[in-house]
Amino acid sequence: MTDVPRTASVRVRRLRYPALWAAGAVALPLSIAFAITIGPADIRVGDVWASVASHLGWGSTGLTPIRDGIVWELRLPRTLLAAVCGAGLAVCGVVMQSLLRNPLADPFVLGVSSGASTGAVAVVVLGAGGGAVSVSAGAFAGAVVSFALVLVLSQVLGATTDRVVLSGVAAMQLFSALTSFVVMTAADAEQTRGVLFWLLGSLGGVGWAEVWAGLVVLAVTLLVCGLHAHALDAFAFGQDAAATLGVRVARTRIVLLTVTALLTATLVSSAGAIGFVGLVLPHAARALVGSGHARLLPVTALTGAVFLVWVDTLARTVLDPQEVPVGVVTSLIGVPAFVLVLYRTRKAGTA
Amino acid sequence: MTGAAGTGTGLRAERVARAAGGRLIVDGVSLAPAPGSCVGLLGPNGSGKSTLLRLLAGVLAPASGVVTLDGRPLAELHRRAAARRIAVVEQDAATQSELTVREVVGLGRIPHRRPWSGTSAEDEEAVRHALERTGLADRAEQSWHTLSGGERQRAQIARALAQAPRELLLDEPTNHLDIQHQLDLLALVADLPVTTVIALHDLNLAAMYCDTLLVLREGRVAAAGAPGDVLTEELIADVYGVRTAVTPDGPDGRPHIRFLTR
Repeated sequence: MTDVPRTASVRVRRLRYPALWAAGAVALPLSIAFAITIGPADIRVGDVWASVASHLGWGSTGLTPIRDGIVWELRLPRTLLAAVCGAGLAVCGVVMQSLLRNPLADPFVLGVSSGASTGAVAVVVLGAGGGAVSVSAGAFAGAVVSFALVLVLSQVLGATTDRVVLSGVAAMQLFSALTSFVVMTAADAEQTRGVLFWLLGSLGGVGWAEVWAGLVVLAVTLLVCGLHAHALDAFAFGQDAAATLGVRVARTRIVLLTVTALLTATLVSSAGAIGFVGLVLPHAARALVGSGHARLLPVTALTGAVFLVWVDTLARTVLDPQEVPVGVVTSLIGVPAFVLVLYRTRKAGTA
Repeated sequence: MTGAAGTGTGLRAERVARAAGGRLIVDGVSLAPAPGSCVGLLGPNGSGKSTLLRLLAGVLAPASGVVTLDGRPLAELHRRAAARRIAVVEQDAATQSELTVREVVGLGRIPHRRPWSGTSAEDEEAVRHALERTGLADRAEQSWHTLSGGERQRAQIARALAQAPRELLLDEPTNHLDIQHQLDLLALVADLPVTTVIALHDLNLAAMYCDTLLVLREGRVAAAGAPGDVLTEELIADVYGVRTAVTPDGPDGRPHIRFLTR
């Protein structure tokens, strides 16, 4: 066993935490500001500040209405939603992985994204709701139905963590099949392309309504998860061990699964199923600050936010004027990063 | 062993029963350990030792009967309050989390901590003391995954000690350990100033370290009392189906069991 380097790495990990916090707190607003300047229209960081300041009522912009509109109506909400999605999906990933004791768990493990897809497809292709229901609302409804099914299934099947995961996988398969069935039998080519883009995740065309909805649910989720940070630590040695450490296991699991599922549903309904963030970012954050959730949750949220801001910037500029679905880019970047993280932490599993 | 529950202090089980798969795993067992004593749970595989421990820990609820803590039914207690009194060491604790030994021991402070709070001086002192008591102080910053089997069990006991319990339940903690580590671990446990209930397989170790023994067979109490009274050739033949020669050669005249060929 290589005791000495491991000991050293633990000390480094401790020192890293305040430094990481400071770096993240600076990096996030800077990333958002810079990401907004990147794109076909020539916007400078100063223009971003000016636009934001004027809309907050601190003086006039001095920008033309078009440039102000590009910042305030297009790029700012999109970039903010990217940050909210990155933070939210990553935090959901941390909670799912701890709660279900499964390193492969991600925000979509409860079938939420496939349920959302079915809901969205039902609205777009079948015209469910008769035009009165938006795609987002359909997606949200589908996600909630799917999650409810998973909860009922897992309770009936025995309520252990592996039953929750297996129920999620079953729901995922069921709703994926339903989505494919509807698309194959009823959609025309254009609808199919629209649905596909949505399924792969896209932050294009989002407005302030989505940002506020995501931000509010993210804040509530962070609050609830923060309250349960010690309980999440207690799950390290399984649910019986958590119970003997004073955790009300069934109640804690339902509360945390519900808030994370609602956050995932909210994010998926506005930005589609952006994969891989919730799976990979938690592992990267653990490699940085260790497994204690009081530290892990904020660091994961910050890392996820910064990550998705830049990935989305890449997605909308790399093939300009065409846009790559952000979910495609997260996976293209995420897979090698995932392998790297696993390679660096490989000793843990074999010891 | 069968004291009246409801009025006594400490942890007591009164005629508890629990079924699984249509079969009674634990069937009307009563247990009232004297405060500060070490009770050994004996019995063949599947005799209900682990289930009884889980009932005592409050992880399982009894189908009938009651487990009380200072006279109050365990089910009425808040889980956190129970966890500040009763600590449990499982058979094969395993985790996929990358935790240091200090972090694992620190888990024991969870029932004492409030949400949003960092570690208090009291938490750190309890962890430091538990690490020293179990001889793991110089391993504190090491990854839990780099520990040997015996060290992992000691880390779990340190975690349980950090919980500052008055009752400690251990489920075959000496499994997979070599004989030296078994002796070290039981000496450590027997010296602790807490009431201990410990499931064991090794009859000689149970005779050496436990103050009283409770022998289970198919979920029922086959015998209970001091090691010298319980561990007889007849009882061992009856419960385990093996021939033995029992002599009072152990420390302080405790029974020593020698197994004979059939």
